[in-house]
Amino acid sequence: MTEPSRKKIGVEVSIAVSEAVKQCDVDVVSAYPITPQTHIVEHLAELVAQGELDAEFVPVESEHSAMSVCAGSVAAGARTFTSTASQGLALMAEIVYCVSAMRLPIVMVVANRSLSSPLSIWNDHSDAMMVRDSGWIQVFVENGQESYDHIFWCFRVAEDEKSLHPVMLNMDGFILTHTIEPIEYWEDEMVKKYLPPFQPKFRLHPEHPLTMGAFGPPEIFTECKKAQDQALIATMPVIEKAWEEMEKICGRKYSAVETYRAEDAKTLLVTMGSFSETARVAIDEMRETGEEIGLVSLRLWRPFPFEKFRNAVKNAENLIVIDRAMVFGGPGGPVASEIRSALYSGKKRPRIVNFIAGLAGRDVQPDDFYQMVQHAKTKIKDGTEDEYEIYGVRE
Amino acid sequence: MIEIRFHGRGGQGAVTTAELLARSAVGEGKWAQAFPSFGPERRGAPVLAFCRVSDHKIQHRFQVKNPDLVVVLDPSLLEVLDPTKGLKPGGVLVANTELTPAELKKKYKFSCAVATVNASTIAHEILKLPITNTAMLGALLKVKGLVSLDSLKETFQDRFGKVAEMNLNACKRAYQELKLEE
Repeated sequence: MTEPSRKKIGVEVSIAVSEAVKQCDVDVVSAYPITPQTHIVEHLAELVAQGELDAEFVPVESEHSAMSVCAGSVAAGARTFTSTASQGLALMAEIVYCVSAMRLPIVMVVANRSLSSPLSIWNDHSDAMMVRDSGWIQVFVENGQESYDHIFWCFRVAEDEKSLHPVMLNMDGFILTHTIEPIEYWEDEMVKKYLPPFQPKFRLHPEHPLTMGAFGPPEIFTECKKAQDQALIATMPVIEKAWEEMEKICGRKYSAVETYRAEDAKTLLVTMGSFSETARVAIDEMRETGEEIGLVSLRLWRPFPFEKFRNAVKNAENLIVIDRAMVFGGPGGPVASEIRSALYSGKKRPRIVNFIAGLAGRDVQPDDFYQMVQHAKTKIKDGTEDEYEIYGVRE
Repeated sequence: MIEIRFHGRGGQGAVTTAELLARSAVGEGKWAQAFPSFGPERRGAPVLAFCRVSDHKIQHRFQVKNPDLVVVLDPSLLEVLDPTKGLKPGGVLVANTELTPAELKKKYKFSCAVATVNASTIAHEILKLPITNTAMLGALLKVKGLVSLDSLKETFQDRFGKVAEMNLNACKRAYQELKLEE
């Protein structure tokens, strides 16, 4: 990744994210506060109250209502933002599915947090995985700068007329939301250049009545779903183009799948979200001791970047996939089972070991990565790879 | 990279100390990171905050386990926890206490280097509040000059507005009064 030269400021990532939302000049923000998303919507509420952001801030009594407000406002042609986490996303889930099928380009930040019970406010990916199949474009970011940059990207990808999909930006709760770190803000001119105004083809208007989200009898439901699936897959060029254009604007290069020290590595770690940053630290340490190991980090979760992922792992003999969400009685963590499916039809398949780690904010240190790698090597040597293993359980 | 762990009690500003330091370091063009030990905020309960300062990009998305420096904002914490846990060899404990470094070492059997300052008195006299964070930041900077007073001043002004001056005075006084181990 190229490092640009504009001045960085030390700021909490949540604040930077809401500043980016302001720079996108959103028309409507509707949200219900929930840890660890709170600082994002609090700051947006302040910006609206102080007159720094000319938008409607609609405080609601629940997340279900928040997403319903978003559906209405974006359908009327307003640029719309919301944010939630965990139980909030669970309560919102009904409308989360509705808006993607209605092709409403809402942008939502999910400050990833575990689902109850036991009650936990800490980070993992179980909330995002709950709505994995909701038809949203879903991206996982790794650090503060990436969180900030991707707000612009989210609106651009959502509102492009070749896309018209809601976009969910997943950022690890607390680990990213509550960290103060250097972030380089874009000039407003850069945002203007990157993000065209929202000009929806269809919008609710009293003079031009139309129906969105109508009744779908058996004669058309399947066709609707095929069309929705094709439409989501067809967003890939828009997504790629939005990253290419971003590099031209701010100098940072992002893509759906990234590799680190992977060229000569027989064994690759696979991670998503802020795990990828720690994984790079761990890989540097392991490389010092002669371990031939690299990283594949997944940024784009939906639509799943099959081609790019297969290409990134084509020379690997072993994959160690580290998930941050539970799958009770299932075939492996959500990322691992996805990857097994993606590679099953290939002629040459790597061995895959899956760990579930870092649940509900449990700290994962580089040494934990080292332990997982050593443990995976033993499993591969003995041919004892199982569906998944929950790492670091105290017994 | 320098890694620092702050021990405070909810409401004393341990998290803010880490923030002020990180923001000042970033203002100087360094890479820095500050974050709390995440949890529900409870006034009076022991809290942790972390800060990393480096010349290179920081990708460490985990807690500071082996700090170079440990800062204790509240003397009563010394009774309930061992702040030197995981301290790197050659690391320094910077504590708010009435005791001298020698007395503190003897009382708690610390084997690491120790620096002490009576930040509670400084906070009481200057801020009229039991908030020791800005004083302890001054103490920390005496032990390790991670950022300049000028950049700290800028951050204080941005963060505290009209009480910036007062906090800066607390910071400077702790800097002067800090007792380093002989």
